[in-house]
Amino acid sequence: MRTLVDAITVLLLLVGCFFVFLGSFSLVKLSSFFQRIHGPTKSSTLGVGCILLASILHRAIHGSGLHPRELLITVFLFLTAPVAAHLMSRAALSLMEGRPEDPSDHAEPEGHIRDDADERAEQAAREREAERNEQLS
Amino acid sequence: MLRLMDLAIAGGMIVVACAMLLALWRLVRGPTAPDRILALDTLYVSTIAQLVLLGMLDETETYFEIALIIAMLGFFGTVVLSKYVIRRDIVE
Repeated sequence: MRTLVDAITVLLLLVGCFFVFLGSFSLVKLSSFFQRIHGPTKSSTLGVGCILLASILHRAIHGSGLHPRELLITVFLFLTAPVAAHLMSRAALSLMEGRPEDPSDHAEPEGHIRDDADERAEQAAREREAERNEQLS
Repeated sequence: MLRLMDLAIAGGMIVVACAMLLALWRLVRGPTAPDRILALDTLYVSTIAQLVLLGMLDETETYFEIALIIAMLGFFGTVVLSKYVIRRDIVE
């Protein structure tokens, strides 16, 4: 039982440290601010959550028993990270000149492929039909 | 088993320390103010991870309270810095 819990603890530690490192690495590696903001705010938060879970398990086995007080920090971080990320991107937006251009205006060569082509073709045909009827009447 | 566990925790602390150094690099280098705020945010999140790992290694409860205080003050600091960049004013 102890060995099993220790193995789970080490696994959680591994995952947690990996994600914390991934967050900081993406902070250094990615090229623009709006790409960089995704790394720390999501992956580091997940990593810290895993490390805190590992701490709860470790304390339950080797320390003073099961006190899930670390969950307090986890919940607090998971609540505040999106708010902080939103405010930081608002700050970056307010420093930009003008608004960034709307990516839905032009076709991206590597964008995701929409699978509603048939529906859109039908819609366009209906609109053409309505226009023609209007011109005839 | 406990020794092996200590080894795993120490390894995790080294990895988290590397993450903190990377965040520090962005804090020094960061071309714009929001980059520096983001680096500070990352730094405090990894500091929480580091303190929790230290608490696991030392088997003390003190570091937990420090981590909680850092979590609260760090979030508050991020909000205030972002507000300052947006409005050039903190108290509205």
